Amino acid sequence: MGGAWRVGAVACVAAVVAVGAAGCGGGGQDPTVVRASWGDPPNPVEPANTTDVQGGKVLDLVFRGLKRYNPRTAVAENMVAESVESPDARNFTVKVKPGWNFSNGEKITARSFVDAWNYGALVTNRQQGAPFFSYVEGYEEVHPEGAGEKPAARTMRGLRVRDELTFTVRLNKKFGLWPDLLGYNAFMPLPRLFFTDHDAWLAKPVGNGPYAVQSYAKGGIMRLRKWEKYPGPDRARNGGVDLQVYTDNDTAYTDLMAGNLDLVDDVPAPQLKHVRKDLGGRYINQPAGIIQTLSFPMYDEKWSRRGVEKVRRGISMAVNRAAITRQIFRGTRTPATDWTAMALGEHGGYQAGLCGDACTYDPAGARKLVAEGGGIPGGAMKVTYNADTGSHKLWVDALCNSVNKALGRHVCDGAPMGTFADYRTKVTQKKMSGPYRAGWQMDYPLIQTFLQSQYFTGASSNDSGWSNKEFDGLVSRANAESEQRQVNDTYHRAERILAREMPAIPLWYQNGSGGYADRIENVSLNPFSVPVYDQITIKG
Amino acid sequence: MGRYVIRRLLQMVPVFVGATFLIFVMVYALGDPVAALSGDRAPDPATAAQIRRELHLDQPLWQQYLHYMGQIFRGDFGTTFDGQPVLDKMGTAFPVTLRLTAVAIVAEIVVGVTLGVLGGLRRGRLLDSGVLVLTLIVVSVPTFVSGYALQYLLGVKWAWVSPAVALGAPLDELLLPGCVLALVSLAYVTRLTRTSIAENARADYVRTAVAKGLPRRRIVVRHLLRNSLIPVVTFIGADIGTLMGGAVVTERIFNVHGVGYELYQGIVRQNSPTVVGFVTVLVIVFLLANLVVDLLYAVLDPRIRYA
Repeated sequence: MGGAWRVGAVACVAAVVAVGAAGCGGGGQDPTVVRASWGDPPNPVEPANTTDVQGGKVLDLVFRGLKRYNPRTAVAENMVAESVESPDARNFTVKVKPGWNFSNGEKITARSFVDAWNYGALVTNRQQGAPFFSYVEGYEEVHPEGAGEKPAARTMRGLRVRDELTFTVRLNKKFGLWPDLLGYNAFMPLPRLFFTDHDAWLAKPVGNGPYAVQSYAKGGIMRLRKWEKYPGPDRARNGGVDLQVYTDNDTAYTDLMAGNLDLVDDVPAPQLKHVRKDLGGRYINQPAGIIQTLSFPMYDEKWSRRGVEKVRRGISMAVNRAAITRQIFRGTRTPATDWTAMALGEHGGYQAGLCGDACTYDPAGARKLVAEGGGIPGGAMKVTYNADTGSHKLWVDALCNSVNKALGRHVCDGAPMGTFADYRTKVTQKKMSGPYRAGWQMDYPLIQTFLQSQYFTGASSNDSGWSNKEFDGLVSRANAESEQRQVNDTYHRAERILAREMPAIPLWYQNGSGGYADRIENVSLNPFSVPVYDQITIKG
Repeated sequence: MGRYVIRRLLQMVPVFVGATFLIFVMVYALGDPVAALSGDRAPDPATAAQIRRELHLDQPLWQQYLHYMGQIFRGDFGTTFDGQPVLDKMGTAFPVTLRLTAVAIVAEIVVGVTLGVLGGLRRGRLLDSGVLVLTLIVVSVPTFVSGYALQYLLGVKWAWVSPAVALGAPLDELLLPGCVLALVSLAYVTRLTRTSIAENARADYVRTAVAKGLPRRRIVVRHLLRNSLIPVVTFIGADIGTLMGGAVVTERIFNVHGVGYELYQGIVRQNSPTVVGFVTVLVIVFLLANLVVDLLYAVLDPRIRYA
């Protein structure tokens, strides 16, 4: 080896090391603060505008709503609400507990909720979560459907402040389980500051949760500190949380290994091979409220003709879910047997096995059904996915491989698209010509979020355009019930129609996967795959 | 000289307009950003329409472009989807990447030129061959491989440096990513210098200088190096722009929140104001760097004059 090269290389490395080593020792990190990985939220972090997981993490730290989903069981429990009652599943009276306030000292009253909800629903405020208020009477007036239409009112008729701590809500139709929605981000209360100085609030969100924002450098780091005067029952058990944006999941994982980070809540796929060796018991892999499906373009005549449902069911039977989740996902997915998610819990409406035979791997049955249905429309199909994120290529190829093997002929291929935006554009414009990957993450732990949003005729996320009167009727009936038991039973009947018609093939439930440093304890993920930050304790 | 500079600056205008327009078209062709904004769920049509109108996405492409250029000339680069002015993002990202690029360039010049000179002066000997083989290896290893490997070895295994750069990117933490970013170019600089030196070492003026009895050091530094550096300077000048734009991989690996990372995010999120804004600045940097290189020729070789 050339001596000079060695000198040069060594000099370069030595310089790095010399300065780096000196830099490593310092830092002045508060030992009671948990350092957690974060991704840059795509929208400004404000309750009704946050529908993504990253922004949701902040809201979960900074806010407490009328209800809160139990981090373990996903059941909606009263938090700021004293009671939410209704005689007829349509008119609700909400009583707010006294003694709650925002971290800037402002008292929480009925108005804190009513004003926040009216703001979230008003179309000109362009909040992503506006449709969550669509059940309230008068929503159409503040949020007209047509593009460019001016709202006829600025507040919703259905919301009335009765006294300081009481307000009433009138829905536009019966929805017995509506109170269970109130744990969702969009329904959080907001202080006056939000309306009087919006920019200041966005720069440093003020809420009523166990943590208060100390500083926020957009795209970089958000420092949250325990709010000492937090009046709720779930006070923070650590001194604070630093949410650090990482450019890459792999780098966050590397930083965890190097001891510069305490918690990652998304172990990157390439690391799954050795994560147990790296972390041992400090690796978390538990079901989250997410399902992945293979959806069909039901707006396309060749996929929606009478009889093709047999082909769709046949394809479902040809997918070896167990093998793919084991080999490709290394156990971070669970084969799906219904159209909801395991993390929903039985209380929320999850029932294993509703899909029946159609979700059981059976090559012979698959061949038979596909033949009876007249074969794959057009003789072959392409499974469309976006190739830029989420490593979908791996499993789509595996899925096609499984289908081809089961049917004994080469009928399935993957069709990658360059970007997620392009892919979503084609999906929402209904321009797919064959099956495509789809997914759904629950907003709140109710079976309704899975079934109505995706399969009800004309629903906001019914991208496949599937429509079935019987299904719609059952969903409407279920929503009018006030007993969770009856709601779930009726929804299960609706799910059996999905099993018969198969407009989308359930593939697998996604797990949340995370890992943490030896320094912290009591780490778990909630059913939304967000870490339960307030429960984390520091060792020693 | 003055007229030459003015002419060059004027030539930049069509290049600038053309480049920004091309980027605009390309980002536009990637799909509807509003569709991607709300993830796997369909955006609410009325809200989406509201966002489109405010971002002028409901207008034809050429109108959007005119509107955008109008904004730029007023010094406004638009806002990202999370409500941050692109100018603010540039304000935090460009200094970071400039520092990273500076580290890379210094490494290139110091290590690359030194190795090249040593190799060129000892042409054909063991040291020369060794350098050639090593540069070949470096060139053929992709940046992400060397990046992850060095990050793992130095950052995790031996824990000499922090594997991820802290927010604000202090200079000391940028040394490793800077060296990784420099590696491939460094190999080219070494080879360019080596060839150039080896060629010029046999030139008449060097022989004359030797015959005059000048000290060897002076011959190498003042005569040989000055002439041989012309192609190297060209390469390094053009490399400034390439390094700044090409930092995408390195910045992702080492958690550097710079231009490369912002560009990557902008593309993944279909955020045209970010992508076009950042690339526009990169185009300007590239053009100016090339101008400086051309002007440097005259300094290195007095025979070159600009009219």
